[in-house]
Amino acid sequence: MGPHTHLPVTLSVNGSRFPLLIEPRRTLLDALRHDLALTGTKKVCDAGDCGACTVIVDGRAVYACLLLAVDCDDRDITTIEGLAKGNALDPVQEAFIQHDAFQCGFCTSGQIMSLRALLDANPEPSDDQILRAVTGNLCRCGAYLNILKAGRLAADMQRQAAADV
Amino acid sequence: MFPNQFEYQRPDSVQAAAGLLAADPDAKLLAGGHSLIPAMKLRLASPSSLVDLGGIEGLVGIDAAGTIAIGAMTTYAMLRDSRELSRVLPMVTDAADNVGDPAVQARGTLGGALAHSDPAADFTAIFLALNGSVDVTGTNGTRTIGADDLFVDLFTTALQPDEIITSVSFPAPDSGTGMAYEKFRHPASGYAVVGVAAVVTTGSDGNVASARIAITGAPSKATRASESEQLLQGKKLNDESIAAAAAAAANGLDINGDHFASEEYRRHLVGVLTGRALTRAAAGM
Repeated sequence: MGPHTHLPVTLSVNGSRFPLLIEPRRTLLDALRHDLALTGTKKVCDAGDCGACTVIVDGRAVYACLLLAVDCDDRDITTIEGLAKGNALDPVQEAFIQHDAFQCGFCTSGQIMSLRALLDANPEPSDDQILRAVTGNLCRCGAYLNILKAGRLAADMQRQAAADV
Repeated sequence: MFPNQFEYQRPDSVQAAAGLLAADPDAKLLAGGHSLIPAMKLRLASPSSLVDLGGIEGLVGIDAAGTIAIGAMTTYAMLRDSRELSRVLPMVTDAADNVGDPAVQARGTLGGALAHSDPAADFTAIFLALNGSVDVTGTNGTRTIGADDLFVDLFTTALQPDEIITSVSFPAPDSGTGMAYEKFRHPASGYAVVGVAAVVTTGSDGNVASARIAITGAPSKATRASESEQLLQGKKLNDESIAAAAAAAANGLDINGDHFASEEYRRHLVGVLTGRALTRAAAGM
């Protein structure tokens, strides 16, 4: 096997399976954006510094830019495109709109994925835990206070929805 | 940014992985990849092949009964979330919660951190202060490397090119042991500008029976503050002895300065953080 070989990989993204032939050096981020046209996951620093490419893999928020796509065979991957159920937004998305938790929006999908992973693991986070969850997500517009408020509201909305069931 | 092209291998045993390393001197191991892949994108590293340890069974897990044994591929998130570990080695779970950010914690591994030996890593100092050891496997078999022998220099360890860390062990702390890790966190990266890990055990007479203090971030590799350790030996751990140990912590250390923090500033932080770590260790006995 030479270095130019493409390897077969099945990416399981938002509940669908995508068999692909991929160069080993391709990151999950590039595979999502270029092979699957899922451009909601943003490419900014491409080096694990900014958090814009955050997706959820096997239940944990991770940087898609630092994962090789070949290392993601058969893992359970969720991107921003997989959160809404039809026209019903995820509570985190809804809370971001209500609290105006973004300006330019480039960091937003990463922020939302980090908070989604937090609320999946911990439905009643403290403010400190909300801030820790997005500590790797840089927002150069400075929407941090509204992101915190959106995190609190999303947790409330999620608890309310669970109580209504 | 793209890394150079490389061959990707995913062996199913440590022996097979060691064989791949021995067969290709330009091969590198892939654990969490959060140091290696950025370096490859910047072309600071261009390995001919990556040997991914993710397909090998038995490298993940925490056994905290008696001697604490942690699989090399155990992530910071697993350390952070381990209740049994937090009871015996609270410094380890606290420090794991303070590495980088949740995405880094989800992927970064204990074995990877020790093998990489980044001068600003947290767990190099913790490993040294806790007097840990690593079990390694190479093509010539297995051996154990103690904490004081693992770190050689900047990004350099005593591992041979074909050797792989398989597990990390820590002795169960004696009763009367307190431990704490204090770091000055780089506000953007979360790396330790300076970090100090202190593990102190007092005997039945209330005097210090053993003290291990390890510094990261300031020297080129995690290094013990030997003079401070000696100053504490046989003394009561109180404000006076802690202040004396803190004042001596940077003595004899070759300290780096860079555009984030000058040598003088790091030297100052070594003293301050040593004092804080010892104070917290004393409170946790």
